Amino acid sequence: MHNQSFDLSLKEISKIEGTAGIDVKVTDGKVEDVKLKLTDYRRFYTNAVRGKPVNAVPQLVARICGTCSNAHLLASLKAIELGLNITPSPQTQLMRRLLTNGLMIRDHGLHLYVFALPDVLGKDSILDFDEANPHEHQLLHDTFTVKQAGNQLSVAFGGRSVHAPYPTIGGFTHFPSNQDIKISIKQLEEARPAALFLIKVFTNCSFNQEDKTLYVSLTHDHYDFLDGLVTTSTSLKISPSEARPHLNRIDIPYSQGASYTWDNQAFMVGALSRINLAKTKLHPSTQRDAASALNFFPSTNIFHNNLAQAIEILHCLDDSLDILRSQTFSPEPLAQSSQAEGQGTGIIEAPRGLLYHAYDIKDRLVTKAEIIVPTGQNQLSMEKNARQVVEKNLDQEKEIIALELEKCIRAYDPCISCATHFLKIRWL
Amino acid sequence: MSQAKKLRLGWFSFTCCEDSTIMFTELMNEHFFEWKKLIDFRHARVLKAKNTLDELDVAFVEGAIASDIQAEKLKEIRSKSKKLIAIGSCAVTGFPSAQRNLFPPEMKAEIQHILDQFHHAEKIRRLDEIVPVDAIVPGCPMDTDKFLKLLNQLLIEFDITPITSPLTTNG
Repeated sequence: MHNQSFDLSLKEISKIEGTAGIDVKVTDGKVEDVKLKLTDYRRFYTNAVRGKPVNAVPQLVARICGTCSNAHLLASLKAIELGLNITPSPQTQLMRRLLTNGLMIRDHGLHLYVFALPDVLGKDSILDFDEANPHEHQLLHDTFTVKQAGNQLSVAFGGRSVHAPYPTIGGFTHFPSNQDIKISIKQLEEARPAALFLIKVFTNCSFNQEDKTLYVSLTHDHYDFLDGLVTTSTSLKISPSEARPHLNRIDIPYSQGASYTWDNQAFMVGALSRINLAKTKLHPSTQRDAASALNFFPSTNIFHNNLAQAIEILHCLDDSLDILRSQTFSPEPLAQSSQAEGQGTGIIEAPRGLLYHAYDIKDRLVTKAEIIVPTGQNQLSMEKNARQVVEKNLDQEKEIIALELEKCIRAYDPCISCATHFLKIRWL
Repeated sequence: MSQAKKLRLGWFSFTCCEDSTIMFTELMNEHFFEWKKLIDFRHARVLKAKNTLDELDVAFVEGAIASDIQAEKLKEIRSKSKKLIAIGSCAVTGFPSAQRNLFPPEMKAEIQHILDQFHHAEKIRRLDEIVPVDAIVPGCPMDTDKFLKLLNQLLIEFDITPITSPLTTNG
């Protein structure tokens, strides 16, 4: 099959968030073209928020994405608070950290168990797992134990795991009851053995796609998703407000999602970048119990994004349990400021990587908004590695090539809803 | 083991943030093992790669309709489904995905080249502007208690054992 010519068109990659496809063209055994197309229709959120009161904006932009809505909410709150000089209380910061941990556990859980695990077990779907097989039976039950623990933590602190209603500018409008916290502690404890087993499963997974690319994430004095400096694997460390000039937007004519380079090169954000750059900051119990898995990092194997997500689930369980066992939460007023205008840049780590929200505010109305999502940042890297997957598998049947392509794209855990929120930048 | 009759179900997403899909996968934390016995997931891209769009008892459809291609796909789903249910705010009301319908002319002009390039429809529409909708589950994301109640009604309607576990959620 080495000198074959063929076209391959995957219209809808399954088991990802949103709709994306890949077109491949091979002529006489040479890969001519691999195009990754993000095909969700744009919804124009950054246009729609212009002229809206700042109080309405975080809940609206949360609707960019279902699965990581709470990340958009928190990035938006951070940008607005920075813009208006509002300083959230230490309790608010802790509650946001727990809300984020819940998001990571639930969202990574969905990706690893429901989207990625069928590839590892050679199955089409979690629906095909064999309950009579002890290994598959265990993983099936673990799926829901882990997801539920993350879901419950988000419900306790945010009111809902998707589009959480309680977080707002300056703090929270509701506070968890002792009963909520008791339930969360119990469910997080139950999820811990499952997370350890999941790490083992992805440690033993032999999938490999090497890419000595640039990795970018926030780093801080502890393993922090909400605060820190933007850091690269080439040792650049800058404040979030200095990040924008490094990101260059590239419009791909066949993709509805905008893509980005970092200093003019393809790069990668997400769990793999975070663990590569900050594994020594993970919770001590996570470092102890995931020690052999952590030996793989820093890694240049794209598929280790899955292993990195599994390690992050364990970290979020350990971090949350520590906080919930030692802290109490009581109602407090929202932090406020009388400032009505300013500019704010909020960068946080969403489950899939660096999430950038920036707003100009005047008379407490948003006058300009820019949002850059992780999947847009990973888009060029995904396409580059998809091409290599085709080249590596040219001697295989088309069906195998298609499966290998889907596995590679899935390893990035792309979120097409996010990538097609659309941003319109006026280049001045 | 006898092969009991199952509800032939499809889950489809159009233009939206897919929040209801996420709530659907969260409901599985409680209901997966029960659903597996009662439901034949014919088409659910979030759960499986090998999907079939053939005769369905029920199609759950989230998202608004942003293009002619999506409208045709929705009509195909309708023609193959005995019941079609609109799931979540975008499917039921169009919004927030339909927010560009309300843009002032100068904002519309800014996005027009994108609409042209990717063949968006003139307006974003809710499902019942294109096909008959048998029931709705509103909410942004969908109201999960209403969804569970409706699913149970459908199971009864199609002569399948109804769900016995609690029909309320805390999320």
